[in-house]
Amino acid sequence: MVTLQDYESKVPNAWCPGCGNFGILRAVKKALVELELEPWQVLFVSGIGQAPKLPHYTRGNVFNGLHGRTLPAATGAKVANRDLVVIGIDGDGGAYGEGVQHLLATARRNVNLTYLVHNNQVYGLTKGQASPTSELGFITKTTPLGAIQPLNPLMLALASDLSFLARGFAAEIDHLAGLIKAGIQHHGFALVDILQPCVSFNRVNTFAWYKQRVYKLDESYNPADKAAALLKAQEWGDKIPIGVIYKQERAVYEETLPQLKDLPLLKQPIEPTKIEKLMDEF
Amino acid sequence: MASEFNIMVGGEAGQGVQSVGAILAGSLGRAGFYVFADQDYESRVRGGHNFFRVRAKTDNVQSISPAIDLLLALNKETIDLHEKELKSGGIAVYDAEETKFSPDKGIFLHIPLLKLAVEKAGNKLMVNTVAAGAALGLAGLDFEILSAVLAKEYGRHGEQTVKDNVTAARAGYDFALSSGRKLTLPRAQPAQNSNLILSGNEALCLGAMAAGCKFVAGYPMTPSSAILEYIADKGREYGTVMIHVEDEIAAMNMAVGAGYAGVRSMVATSGGGFALMVEGLALAGMTETPVVVVLGQRPGPATGLPTRTEQAELFFALHAGHGEFPRAVFAPADAADAFNATVKAFNLAEKYQTPVLILTDNHLATSYYTVDRFDLSRVKIDRGNLVYTDDPNYKRHLVTDSGISPRALPGQGRALVVTDSDEHDEAGHMIEDAATRKAQVGKRLRKLNELKHEITEPEFHKADGAGVTLVGWGSTYGAIFEAAALLKEDGKPVNTLHFCQLWPFPAEAAAAALGQAAKNIVVEGNATSQLSALIKRETGKQVNNAILKFDGRPFSPEEIVERLRKEVEAW
Repeated sequence: MVTLQDYESKVPNAWCPGCGNFGILRAVKKALVELELEPWQVLFVSGIGQAPKLPHYTRGNVFNGLHGRTLPAATGAKVANRDLVVIGIDGDGGAYGEGVQHLLATARRNVNLTYLVHNNQVYGLTKGQASPTSELGFITKTTPLGAIQPLNPLMLALASDLSFLARGFAAEIDHLAGLIKAGIQHHGFALVDILQPCVSFNRVNTFAWYKQRVYKLDESYNPADKAAALLKAQEWGDKIPIGVIYKQERAVYEETLPQLKDLPLLKQPIEPTKIEKLMDEF
Repeated sequence: MASEFNIMVGGEAGQGVQSVGAILAGSLGRAGFYVFADQDYESRVRGGHNFFRVRAKTDNVQSISPAIDLLLALNKETIDLHEKELKSGGIAVYDAEETKFSPDKGIFLHIPLLKLAVEKAGNKLMVNTVAAGAALGLAGLDFEILSAVLAKEYGRHGEQTVKDNVTAARAGYDFALSSGRKLTLPRAQPAQNSNLILSGNEALCLGAMAAGCKFVAGYPMTPSSAILEYIADKGREYGTVMIHVEDEIAAMNMAVGAGYAGVRSMVATSGGGFALMVEGLALAGMTETPVVVVLGQRPGPATGLPTRTEQAELFFALHAGHGEFPRAVFAPADAADAFNATVKAFNLAEKYQTPVLILTDNHLATSYYTVDRFDLSRVKIDRGNLVYTDDPNYKRHLVTDSGISPRALPGQGRALVVTDSDEHDEAGHMIEDAATRKAQVGKRLRKLNELKHEITEPEFHKADGAGVTLVGWGSTYGAIFEAAALLKEDGKPVNTLHFCQLWPFPAEAAAAALGQAAKNIVVEGNATSQLSALIKRETGKQVNNAILKFDGRPFSPEEIVERLRKEVEAW
């Protein structure tokens, strides 16, 4: 029986007191426990920033790589060993700025990964510069004239025909844990965009700001309806929806590979003489 | 009697220069010759000027020759550009209707290639096969050999295609025979059926697959696209996944991810793509993840001459990556060496848990070599210190005397495998303290001490009475070796020293060899003589001269000899 205790880490935490990341961390642990996954079965892949430190604050296999390059590393690991439950973790800088091309490509490929993006609309680790999702005009040390038009990551992901899209809120831990669970259980690539207040550098999008605006999608909403999803993905301002925004079944990349039909790549023996026949072609 | 026979096929991109060349190379190889073939083409799909040279020799050959016996001109430009390269007694074949060219000299022979294709084979697309037939008819090669090569080449397209091609080849062959013109083909040994004729890239792919490479990620770039294509195709049956990715950054990070998860992985690119991979290379160094990187050089900087050759990325390969970490760098001499170096690269990458680079170039990658069939039973796999453990205290980056930590794989046992691009402690968690930092840097760099004992030594050939040692690395091997043979015939013997591993640098062997003659002259394909600088840095020895080439074209043995005479004082 897996318990929360299995996911307790001894590594000292470096996040700011009151950070939205704490709620996300609790939701991740809760989801993994409820799915009865043991830490050795899970691989966390993350990049650089405050959010990507999360794997150190729980337990599992960890590949904490480069800024923005989480999804390629996660894809390589998943194709190498499809038995791993692979969870990518990044902030909005890595996911929607430095590595945005990988988000599009991974969504198109539909690799069976879950990608959690802690979206606090600001750069925390480098101390308060604008991010790709900062509000228009958001003034920071690198954008004294105000941030440029923000990116809508949900629309971008939908344009890449991703197969699972959800948005959660760091203060709604049980709800968020449910979204993370649904993402892990989804057959294909799942993006969970998580609204995360930054208590140090974002005085605009605070806990109070979100609490006034966030609402949960209910059963009347059909996440299989892409046209509806495109509208929900654009809803921002007075009301911000959270929940599963879009979901579809389509071919999963690694399942289309004939090389993986019988055994995970990792389990296939190395036999040099196997290619003897190939030499006949020269 | 001459011991070699050289054919050049020239034409526009899209005219099938390469396919004629491949048929000729295959036929001469099957006839028992050693074959070397290279291609010269422009960065375009149609038009321009391309040529394919096939050199057939009765003994081993690994370089081009500037003198040709038979010029197969698919357009007029080929005649204009290459007529002067014909040996006396050589023949230039052309189709007067196509080239609109009426010759007035005896070296020319009109063969109505297109007309024969249409009339005899009923398909103008067969013109290339007619041309191949005509060439081999003039050379007096047994038609059965050509026919067998066509069956192998077109067999996958069905019996009718093979039949049509044989008919087309026969038409060209018979026309050539009836022309009354003839070339003399040297006598070859009976077919050496165990020989393979394959490109450097193909040999490298076979090496990778024999070594158990299971994952390749890449973005197409000349001259390495052929590696990605070959593995994408054959990998389906032989268990290697090739992912065509969004960019080279993704390629490298994916390969590192796959390496971390425990499969042998590789990327293949050229200089521009490698530039994008460099951050990921350092990631492999920091996380101690095995990965093999193929850097197929072409002339730079930036996009340079995309379809041509150069050796200007030696320093780039040695120094790429921020921070300090161990690596090995191979520079295969030829196709056989490409196979062997690739196998060794995969073993060293896993044994030392660090990136290994294979530095090729366009010349090696795209030229065809004749090699002995690879003996796969001799391919040894060494996966290093792989462990399967449930140890709750397992430490991926355990500090050891050798610097090599026991390597567990995620999900293969209950032990957690934690690593980080941040400096980390033995357990893989990020740290800030000075003592741990020093311990981890020391541990990583200590791996070089053992790696140094596994260097592939440079190949040194001593010639009696030599006053000079010619020094090279990588794909210039064949040209330097043959230049030495020419000089010996000329009564001016030289030693040769060739490096096929450049890091860790074999300093002791290099220093010893460089002391064997009064002068050391580096021959390399770049403008600043990077090898000379490396030798100076690693051995303290200053070479005397450098014969450098950076026009995008490969060295021929004759060019080396001529430039030695012209450029090297007191030669």
